[in-house]
Amino acid sequence: MNPSNATPENNATSLADVSTAWPSLEDTLRVLTLRAGFNTNTVVAGATLLGLAAGVVGVFALLRKRSLVTDALSHATLPGIALAFLAATALGYTGRSLPVLLTGAAVTGVAAIACIQLILKHTRLREDAAIGIVLSVSFGAGVVGLSYIQSNAAANAAGLSKFIYGQTAAMSVADATFMGVIAAAAIAAALLLHKEFALVCFNDAFAKVGGWPVAAIDLAMMTLVVLVTVAGLQAVGLILVVALLIIPAVAARFWTQRLSRLLVLAGALGALSGYLGATASALLPRQPAGAVIVLTAGTIFTISMLFAPRRGVIANTARHARLRLRIAGEHLLEAAHDHARDHPHTPHLDRATRYSIARQRGWHPAALAAITALLVARKRLATTRRGLTLTPRGAADGARVRRNHDLWTAYLIKHADVAPNHVDWSVDQVEHVLSTELIAQLEDELQTQPQTETRART
Amino acid sequence: MTPAKAQPRKQPEALSQRPEHSPESPLSVHAVTVAYQRKPVLWDIDYDAPPNKLIAIVGPNGAGKSTLIKACLGLVPRAAGQVEFWGTTYNRARARVGYVPQRESVDWDFPVSALDVVCMGRYRAIGWCRPVTRKHKHAATQCLEQVGMQDLAHRQISQLSGGQQQRVFLARALAQQADLYFMDEPFAGVDAATERAIVAVLRELKEAGKTVIVVHHDLQTVTEYFDEVILLNMRVVAAGPVKRVFTTQNLQNTYGGRLTLLTEAAEALARAEAGTR
Repeated sequence: MNPSNATPENNATSLADVSTAWPSLEDTLRVLTLRAGFNTNTVVAGATLLGLAAGVVGVFALLRKRSLVTDALSHATLPGIALAFLAATALGYTGRSLPVLLTGAAVTGVAAIACIQLILKHTRLREDAAIGIVLSVSFGAGVVGLSYIQSNAAANAAGLSKFIYGQTAAMSVADATFMGVIAAAAIAAALLLHKEFALVCFNDAFAKVGGWPVAAIDLAMMTLVVLVTVAGLQAVGLILVVALLIIPAVAARFWTQRLSRLLVLAGALGALSGYLGATASALLPRQPAGAVIVLTAGTIFTISMLFAPRRGVIANTARHARLRLRIAGEHLLEAAHDHARDHPHTPHLDRATRYSIARQRGWHPAALAAITALLVARKRLATTRRGLTLTPRGAADGARVRRNHDLWTAYLIKHADVAPNHVDWSVDQVEHVLSTELIAQLEDELQTQPQTETRART
Repeated sequence: MTPAKAQPRKQPEALSQRPEHSPESPLSVHAVTVAYQRKPVLWDIDYDAPPNKLIAIVGPNGAGKSTLIKACLGLVPRAAGQVEFWGTTYNRARARVGYVPQRESVDWDFPVSALDVVCMGRYRAIGWCRPVTRKHKHAATQCLEQVGMQDLAHRQISQLSGGQQQRVFLARALAQQADLYFMDEPFAGVDAATERAIVAVLRELKEAGKTVIVVHHDLQTVTEYFDEVILLNMRVVAAGPVKRVFTTQNLQNTYGGRLTLLTEAAEALARAEAGTR
């Protein structure tokens, strides 16, 4: 979908228009610190409040798994804007009145959600298909309506299409105040009802049995989403307003496991996006503000996804790598232990032995070198003239892994009826994660003396 | 216990007026039929739960065990029939009914702690828009203790094992302080420690005079854990005290292939429905 084609007259927000005079550092600081005059300040404050509201409300949309529905909702506001403009003009009022336009937007947005529900109820279509249909058809209707207005209505129709991309710079003080008030109301309602929202998001069946009106609570949640979407239309634009609902919540989710902190963090990230976006828009009035706001949020999301301490990609990858390295090291120590036991006169690991172990395990020579280096650094292996030998600590570790291996093998063969030559893979994994209690339990179960060593590997 | 006159807008006469349903019964099910998209999954269920018993619902996969308790609780619509609690409607008896849904029915990667989930059992007592006070948190902590989970109260729920998650759900139901509990497969896929904890809680509930209805899949433990059993396979094959009802013959009737006609009729209805579309 390329909506820029639909609005040829609107050069100010065309994505292709990049001829921009860059603002001075002085100007930048002036706007950032809210010293740029009452009008700009009001718009920046309104956008910040909107970001805060979108962050908080977006958390519940995310937890209720309604993120995509909000996208359909925002696209479906366009026909509402067109219809409201036509209706108001036909009745003799000025069609540019923001409350009138936003009321129209809310009506068709809600109608779109109702359409999705109806399609889901009466056909076998899945939600993704239903959303795709409703989203594109209603947006198409909006584009048709808009071009009809542009070719037939008076000159005051110009500016309607800025609802598509959003433009904070063009907002009046009254518009910005209106946006801020709606945002503040949405925040207040979300905080007041957060207990009920959380209950329905986590387990709606339980809520229903407990007597909570789940449909009404859902409706309240959706109403807040509609309010934030509609309030943000002028600042962010209907294509991108959904990003302000989704991204802060998703980004915040990387950093915390508590709903209260999630709400605070998502609100803060949303507010930051709104603040920076509105500031940038004040400095570069020809740039689409929505895109700047969303790019800010996107940057925050990328940083969160990569660097969050527990759920982040880097932390996750590092955790997996550490585990794999530990297991590989334990396998090498186990092999060294077996080798020393079977060859009491030449207990050291020479080059050929090491390579044969690596071949059995399927390790690349470089991986073998890394594992060996790590074990030497940790003083589990020591370098001697004839090769590597186990240090006392290394020998103890190797013996422990070997013993876990044997216990688990014996357990599988005795109690799970697994053929002796079939147990290797599971044993190789399990031997590294057996807890002390589990080992004690295994010993009880098998009543083995610590000396006995079953030889499962053939 | 309230006679039917108290609720004039309800057309069918109250079950307590019928001789076969006793108003002392915590749950009376009368002629309940449930259909998914017009394909019946439960046919004409009749059952009266005796008070203060541990009751198991047993039957093969697809027998409608979970559907039966969901139909009682109004979570799935009934095509026909009536359900009453202590001789009154569900809406009036709601405060006395507790529920443990299936563990798989929720997304456990939800940003709350075990204690937060148990507190949800207190929300009804807390009321709209009010914060969870220390008093309610204390009550929730005691429920966690009852299932042996007090040490993990502040752990995020996705970091609990399956059995621990099941115990959190049980604790949440205990926090509801109900008189009649519905539990949907609480023993499914749990470890031995959790199974012991659940059985201990069931016995405590019985001693406290409560009634518990449990969807159960392990035939071997029915006689040990429960007083009453409902053998279900799209209809009630047999129901009553375990000693009398839990017989080889009845089990064969429940699990055997004798119900093909019911299944075929349901399939035929579903086909007819698909054809008209």
